[in-house]
Amino acid sequence: MDAIRCEVLAKGAEAIIYKEVWYGFVVIRKVRIPKRYRDPRLDRILRVKRTINEARLLYDARRLGVSVPAIIDVSIENTTIIMEYIEGIRLRDKLNSMRIEEVAKTMRKVGVLVGTLHNNGIIHGDLTTSNMIISKSGNIFLIDFGLGMHSDDLEDIGVDLHVFLRALESTHTHVASICFRQFLKGYKEVMGEDMMKKAVNKVYEIRARGRYVPPELRK
Amino acid sequence: MPLVVLGIESTAHTFGVGIAREDGKILANINSTYIPIHGGILPREAARHHANVAHKIILKALEKADIRLEEIDGIAVALGPGLGPCLRVGAFIARILALSYDKPLIPVNHAVAHVEIARLTVCARDPLFVYVSGGNTQIVAYSQGRYRVFGETLDIPIGNFFDTLARELGLPQPGTPQIEKLAIKGKNIIDLPYIVKGQDVSYSGLLTAILRKFKEDVCLEDLCLSAMEYAYAMLAEVVERALAHTQKRELVLAGGVARSKRLQEIMQCVAEEHDAIFKVVPDEYAGDNGAMIAWTGVLCLKSGITIQPEESVIRQRWRIDEVDVPWMQ
Repeated sequence: MDAIRCEVLAKGAEAIIYKEVWYGFVVIRKVRIPKRYRDPRLDRILRVKRTINEARLLYDARRLGVSVPAIIDVSIENTTIIMEYIEGIRLRDKLNSMRIEEVAKTMRKVGVLVGTLHNNGIIHGDLTTSNMIISKSGNIFLIDFGLGMHSDDLEDIGVDLHVFLRALESTHTHVASICFRQFLKGYKEVMGEDMMKKAVNKVYEIRARGRYVPPELRK
Repeated sequence: MPLVVLGIESTAHTFGVGIAREDGKILANINSTYIPIHGGILPREAARHHANVAHKIILKALEKADIRLEEIDGIAVALGPGLGPCLRVGAFIARILALSYDKPLIPVNHAVAHVEIARLTVCARDPLFVYVSGGNTQIVAYSQGRYRVFGETLDIPIGNFFDTLARELGLPQPGTPQIEKLAIKGKNIIDLPYIVKGQDVSYSGLLTAILRKFKEDVCLEDLCLSAMEYAYAMLAEVVERALAHTQKRELVLAGGVARSKRLQEIMQCVAEEHDAIFKVVPDEYAGDNGAMIAWTGVLCLKSGITIQPEESVIRQRWRIDEVDVPWMQ
């Protein structure tokens, strides 16, 4: 293949993300790299599993109309996925400088996206603002489904939300509760009030399960 | 004269007394660990052990430090988190010492003490801590006045995972070194559940799956190898996330499970990949010990943190992120 320009866009915990131009098309090449600290056999199992998993979930999410990058090619052998490049900024880098009304609107949109996934049996597995891209037009794209799975178990839904709330609390401490409340509004639009409440109760239950629980969460 | 604090540890199976000086010198660190004949820790049995050895341990520590109680500037005690009956013994003795010798009583959080003794003994400034023991598995770092949690176990701690596993496999306690010893002879990796959820890990599902495999006559060494590799790989992954997230330049391994050679190897790799400096707490300060309470007591006393004996209630579920650490500013 000729005419490929390539640059490293990001070096994540488990993959290197390259931005490439293929005959005028801008694409992302996500390569899951071996980890020296893992037993090589376990390492291989994990990388292959996650590559297949992510490709499947991206495909399914897109069919539901959730905005995610389109898959162009998958190589299990090279634990590589080639996908559409989304032009925009990671929500993590933008949220803290947004006006509060804008934060609210964005979080509601995120709530609708995650609600749509959960309502259709997809768990993202790593909901953080680093895994959300906000495009120029204000559209939110979800990325990085490597830890995701198919499930409609309330437990898995609860953990997905718990992970997201924790990420908000540690990265956007001062607006975390506003963010989560607005997120739940959007989430409720899709899931319905009853399921939303069940899921939120599950989050509290999961948090109360930790060995040492902050006083406000103790029953 | 530099401040000198006597610290009492009695949160779980260890009763320890340490004496620390303001300049960071540990003058004494005397500990006695209750080892159950079989099964896990029975809190009341452990508490009885603590009460029996307390007198001797305190005298030994004073003798080692060559100091009299009158010359001590404060009595520090771990008020939590931990097992109720055990905590009560330490709190009781600390109150009596503080009242009868008219010394300030200093409340210390056991988890803060683990990371502070590690910070002192490896000369770290502001690291990301991996705090792993029989009672805790947390990834913590300083941010805005407190140590914050950037990842933890959703259910059982990693040390508890190894202890329970060892017990079920018929191996002695503590479990981590036993499993590790057999793992070296293992050859094959068995397919097991690998459970990472965002920044957190979960070990209970892994434990159940391994015990099920054990009943299926899988080779014991392979089972131990797989258990260890899965458990550590899961931890390494969330540590890597926390390092990337917090951008800390030092990685410090603390707590009893920090003694594990394989875990040290793995964390060294993780640190290198993120251009962080890796350090491990020395063995004698890895498990629960009195010195860590004494040293954290020094830090507290210098920041004016003391407590009235009548308010010094034990706190079984006292989280690390509930404690202000003004000395870190």
